[in-house]
Amino acid sequence: MSKYILKRVLLMIPTLIGAGVLVFFLLRLIPGDVCELRFAGTGLYVDQEQIDICRSNLGIDRPIFIQFIDFIVGFFTFNLGDSMWTGQPIVHEIGLRFQLSLQVAIMATVVAVIIAIPLGAISALKQDTWLDYAVRTFSIAGIAIPSFWLGIMIILGLLIMTQAITGVPWMPPIDYKPIWVDPMYNLSQLIWPAVATGYRYSAVATRMTRSALLEVMREDYIRTARAKGMVERIVINRHALKNAMLPVVTIIGIEFAFLMGGLVVTEQVFNLNGLGKLFVESVTQNDYALTQALVMMVVLIFVMTNFFIDLCYAWLDPRIRYS
Amino acid sequence: MLKRTGRLALAAAVGLGLAAGAGAAKAETPKHGGILNFVVGSNIPSFDGHQETTFGMIHPIRPFYSLIIRVNPNNPADPTDFECDLCEGKVPEPTENGTKYTFKLRHGVTFHDGTPFTSADAKATMDKIVFPPEGVPSARKAFFRAVESITTPDDYTIVFKLKFPTAVFIPALATPFNFIYSKKDLDEHGYEWHKSNVNGTGPFKFVQYQPGAFVEGIRNENYHFQGRPYLDGFKAIAAPKMAVRLQAIRGDRAAIEFRGFPPKARDDLVKALGDKITVQESDWNCVLLATPNQLHKPFDDKRVRQALTLSVDRWGGSKYLSQIAIVKTVGGVMFPNHPLAATKEELMKLKGYGADIEASRAEAKKLLADAGQSALKVDFSNRGVDQPYKVVGTWLVDQWRKVGIQATQRVQPSGPFYDTLRKKKDFDVSADFNCQSVINPVADMTKFLGSAGNNYANFKDPELEAIYAKIEKEGDAKVLRQLVRQYETRSLSDEASGIITLWWYKINPYRSYVKGWKIAPSHYLAQHLDQIWLDK
Repeated sequence: MSKYILKRVLLMIPTLIGAGVLVFFLLRLIPGDVCELRFAGTGLYVDQEQIDICRSNLGIDRPIFIQFIDFIVGFFTFNLGDSMWTGQPIVHEIGLRFQLSLQVAIMATVVAVIIAIPLGAISALKQDTWLDYAVRTFSIAGIAIPSFWLGIMIILGLLIMTQAITGVPWMPPIDYKPIWVDPMYNLSQLIWPAVATGYRYSAVATRMTRSALLEVMREDYIRTARAKGMVERIVINRHALKNAMLPVVTIIGIEFAFLMGGLVVTEQVFNLNGLGKLFVESVTQNDYALTQALVMMVVLIFVMTNFFIDLCYAWLDPRIRYS
Repeated sequence: MLKRTGRLALAAAVGLGLAAGAGAAKAETPKHGGILNFVVGSNIPSFDGHQETTFGMIHPIRPFYSLIIRVNPNNPADPTDFECDLCEGKVPEPTENGTKYTFKLRHGVTFHDGTPFTSADAKATMDKIVFPPEGVPSARKAFFRAVESITTPDDYTIVFKLKFPTAVFIPALATPFNFIYSKKDLDEHGYEWHKSNVNGTGPFKFVQYQPGAFVEGIRNENYHFQGRPYLDGFKAIAAPKMAVRLQAIRGDRAAIEFRGFPPKARDDLVKALGDKITVQESDWNCVLLATPNQLHKPFDDKRVRQALTLSVDRWGGSKYLSQIAIVKTVGGVMFPNHPLAATKEELMKLKGYGADIEASRAEAKKLLADAGQSALKVDFSNRGVDQPYKVVGTWLVDQWRKVGIQATQRVQPSGPFYDTLRKKKDFDVSADFNCQSVINPVADMTKFLGSAGNNYANFKDPELEAIYAKIEKEGDAKVLRQLVRQYETRSLSDEASGIITLWWYKINPYRSYVKGWKIAPSHYLAQHLDQIWLDK
């Protein structure tokens, strides 16, 4: 097992370096820079001297190779520098958003797992009954409906319904308070994006659970377990469901990693100050330093998630760790 | 349908009526207390007003600072009404043939850290803005190019000596970005400190900033305007999406958004909340332009440029576009409500401003034919922002089509758009805008000069520069007005080096319990919040 883990860890290094090279040079291909935007983008007077001072202060007038070396050295020494737009340390900028994105990702995953595994199992076990059709309709709708659209509908629905019922329109808070500061406020803000994203997430996982369970239920060892006279509940829970979870765990892991940085539009709809919103802002502001750091962080999250998925595989299926 | 439209119109009228009547209504007694939550459609780059240019910084940070003089918050619509903030009494008249301004400063003002305010602080601040040391950015240094020296004869007097008399100086001094810093902070912490730290003399004290989320302030009990601010504090919440800002007001998560909404958003809010919403509207000191690039043929031919402007039906556009976009007023180079601005009769003498659009378009076709450009194709570069760029851009393409010009609109995000405009210069005509804070007519109109850093038409016009040189130094209002007309005619009509579409129109729907706020012709102005109170 330790050899297996070491091999997986070593594979992470070239992935990170490759991503670093790509993000650094691709970003520089985007026309414009942060100083142009800062001084010219507001329509006020523009003084070229001020733009040049800005470029010099940020170091973006230096040769590109020097900037690249700085970036790589900074990344491997955990010195990500300051945001070119706000001047704040990048670690601070990301840290603030990370806790919100992590909480939404965890809540959405909980929503998804709570919905997906029972529904997927019911759908597989009651194949081709009305229950199966209902679950499949529900899950296909979840895949078809974009999370951000569902988010917009949730907010509008809340505003309209609360106004109709109480006379006073209510919507979720638009500023974040950590759960340990004000749990009710926190949950009243984050439950809605968790439901909006968790629904789509659950839909994918429901379909995966159903198809994996259907496949496993046709395996010889299931037939053998039944032939031995094992109780159906144990056959399903101990033998079928555990083995059917392999692809489901993969989906849950990948979706979780996606939620950590990919909730770009949903975060905007709910005004969540998360990593997705920060990503969009850093790109639109041509904040190279912050975008690079964010891309590398997302790459790291994906790499780590895949690493843990590999470990889960090895735990769920002994053949993997022995091969 | 008629019934529904009628109800909506009635509701809107109620809201608008409230706003219009606000000034005329008997003065209400302000109440103390409460926290004002407002939404801001942009993020803060840094806290340093001297180097930033965005309302995303002004709205949350301005309440922590004072200026030497400011736009009168009780009459912000008047482009000539300034009042003392840190200075005492009335805004002084210049002496020595208009080249010397002496400001007496208030006694007993303290910074939030307890440091007493003196003229040394005002001088250190203004020196940073007007004469910044090498490598220190100052976004509005050019505003003060007439300033020769800044001196402080005593602890409560500051004197600005100008190289020549100019109407630019007072509005430039009232620019809301000119936050007064403590000399002690500048000396001890250097010129970067204010990017991420706050210590002012403004009505509110800084509490906290959560990047990308909000800024909080609490009342400054030692504020130099007695009895103010009325609010206990404020929270400025960043909300870049317009739909969120709109819903936030509807759901009362925020009471107001100071930048402005399009007409449809106003109507939606009024429809949903009736008299719980008040609306104020104003001309906006922003103008949307179409800039022909004279580096590209045939746009170096003034007949082609004149055809471009002649084909645009501004009066019709004003009527219809104002129903869907944040533009409305037909105007020239000067902010429409300013005494120096052209009257309607004066405007109608300019090419493209006439009442008979068919005659204008016939002239445009003739000019294109004379220039051998009857089948002109135009690459129109535009910014990827809906309001008002894409809306007006789409309208422009249609206007040009009516004289046979085939325009293709190339929409790009802000970064690449500015790269095209400023560096690559590979466009035929580009959308462009001039958006200023304090109405500073003589400074604002530099936008139309070929030599201006923010003019992207790539041309040289010595005659226009000569007219401007006279304007800059003219003290007589009557002569100044005539010179402005000459400048306007040359720029917009004779040479058509700049093409104005429409001036922006500011619409602010907000919760009716917010009192004391008066709309200004710029989203940068009257943001110190010391006059606002909550009637809850």
